[in-house]
Amino acid sequence: MRGPFALSLRVHNRDCLHALNAEAERAGLSRGMAVSEARAFCPGLVVRAATPKADAQTLEALRRWALRYCPWAACDGDDGLVLDITGAAHLLGGEAALALDMRERLGRAGFALHVGIAPTRGAAWALAHAGGGLAPEGAVRTHLGPLPVALLRLPPETDAALQRLGLRRIADLAGAARAPLARRFGKGLLDQLDRAFGDLPEALSPAPEPAHYGVRLTLPEPIGLLSDIEAGLARLLERLADTLRAQDVGARALCLTLRRVDRQAQDVPLRLAAPMRDPARILPLFARGLETVEAGFGIDQLRLEATVVEPMPALQAGSGAERADRIEALMTRIGTRIGLDHVRRFQPRDCHVPERGFALVAAADEPACGPWPPRPARPLTIFAPEPIAVRGHPPSGFTWRRMRFTIGRATGPERIAPEWWQPPDSYGLRDYWRIDTREGRRLWLFFTPQNPRWFVQGEFL
Amino acid sequence: MLCARAAPWYRVGMDCPNAPLPLLSGRVHEVGGPSAVAFALIRARQAGSPLFWIRPAWLGDQPLPDGLAGIIPPSAVIGVATATETDSLAAAEEALRDGAVPVVIVDITRPLSLREGRRLQLAAGAGRSTGLCLIAQGMGSNAAETRWHCAPLFDPESGDSTLMRWEITKNKKGTLGVWHVRWNRTAHRLDVVSPVRLGPGAPAEPGEGALRP
Repeated sequence: MRGPFALSLRVHNRDCLHALNAEAERAGLSRGMAVSEARAFCPGLVVRAATPKADAQTLEALRRWALRYCPWAACDGDDGLVLDITGAAHLLGGEAALALDMRERLGRAGFALHVGIAPTRGAAWALAHAGGGLAPEGAVRTHLGPLPVALLRLPPETDAALQRLGLRRIADLAGAARAPLARRFGKGLLDQLDRAFGDLPEALSPAPEPAHYGVRLTLPEPIGLLSDIEAGLARLLERLADTLRAQDVGARALCLTLRRVDRQAQDVPLRLAAPMRDPARILPLFARGLETVEAGFGIDQLRLEATVVEPMPALQAGSGAERADRIEALMTRIGTRIGLDHVRRFQPRDCHVPERGFALVAAADEPACGPWPPRPARPLTIFAPEPIAVRGHPPSGFTWRRMRFTIGRATGPERIAPEWWQPPDSYGLRDYWRIDTREGRRLWLFFTPQNPRWFVQGEFL
Repeated sequence: MLCARAAPWYRVGMDCPNAPLPLLSGRVHEVGGPSAVAFALIRARQAGSPLFWIRPAWLGDQPLPDGLAGIIPPSAVIGVATATETDSLAAAEEALRDGAVPVVIVDITRPLSLREGRRLQLAAGAGRSTGLCLIAQGMGSNAAETRWHCAPLFDPESGDSTLMRWEITKNKKGTLGVWHVRWNRTAHRLDVVSPVRLGPGAPAEPGEGALRP
């Protein structure tokens, strides 16, 4: 990217510069400046929206990469890493060599970085934010002395107050009398100073390594037989199941990626109706997906990842759980063919209009509802209202689906008004009747008083 | 002789779900007629939950859970909406072979070939579960164990009647027969009753509750 460039982020309803390149900085811009202001300073500025989530992901990836230098690495703020290289630096030939190696490798990847190395975390932070540097053991005070006090990780108001008092450099602060400073600024300021100098300990707490639910198998020779792929998948599933079991979770969705010799990759996704981690039960569920795989010149890498995991605590063995497991496995097998969303169950909805009084939800996502709410007697099946021709007044018979019916008994009417908050349908008010016909059929008819017509909408048991 | 309504002479309870109406488990049966759905659901209720109901998604008639609740708890019904008849049969075969569900109901929209019917029979035999195919008139498969025709009957006595006529029109391992049954919604019990005759002096007149819109 040539020319001034910056990323903007919306903070408090205002677009601010979030990050900017060196040319933009030379043009007098700085972080936190409003974008409109920055454009006034530098008309050629190119601005794009920042994506803090992606930044955090990149930083996390860098943190994992940094584990190559030392076993303890943590993210620091939204743009920093802190590494505890105690006892690890000599492996790369010393601290200076380590910093050089890091700068070289990340420089090749397109990152600009400042490396600060010091015996304490606070001092390393200050050096890194001052543009990089190396403070050997015992020389922290001399290296930190000329740096501004803001590099002690102070809140901005404390920094401003210190500037007003004339304590601009860390050496000034270290040389000042401690008691008045503590009285004026509290213990925090002096603690930060002591941490930087190593008089107070400061721990590094790396984030716990999140469990990774991916396993892969790379083969020396390409394979093409279904049985070979299944054997490989079985080995992957064993390894994945160990990870899942250790974390007390089960997989809800899996993705098997098969890489072919010609670098083409094919995905075989599998959605499960319930969290599962038993390899023997998951393996047959892949059978249908594997049938569609095109092996080409052969497959030389299998990668299996649990893309969605859910908590799955260990259960006591019992007949009830086993039966539920079998039903969930059955739903999964049917779901691999027709889609898991098409295996559904009823859920009651709070609505007095019969055809809207329930919802069909994916059976795998929603647990079975409790007892069905008591409602008035309703037909067993319903269909879209079918207009009928009624004979006589009051009606004595009608014709429906080319069958003639004589009314034996009529029960009703039950008036059901449409819901006013719904878009109006073409029927309006409906007066429902249960009609027992002489021919036997028990039908659910309604009459629309606003537009006098009769319709059949359902059939009773 | 006038026999308007007799006491149930046999009650089909949970302890003997198939007596006296034969319905072998581990086989696939066919049901037709206007009350086929009721027959299938009553049989599923007697066999225990859950129930898999496989039907093409494009069918016009939809089950209404408020109505199902009179026979079987709607939460026990797992509906499988398929796109094609082949998917329906494949899902039915899978569910029958697994045996995790005691009853599988399939809506059949075209006549089954002997091969398809036999495959369903073999799957049901392997899983020891009962398959019920809801068929339209004249759509039976030769592989079916039994074929039933179920129709509602007009009951002049009661206003909230569930009187039905269940006729077995094909039976591979037994005799044919006709039963008049009534489903008891509160006790969830099937009462087999003697036939109601609508003679010339039948007590109820048509249009008992006058219909005035």
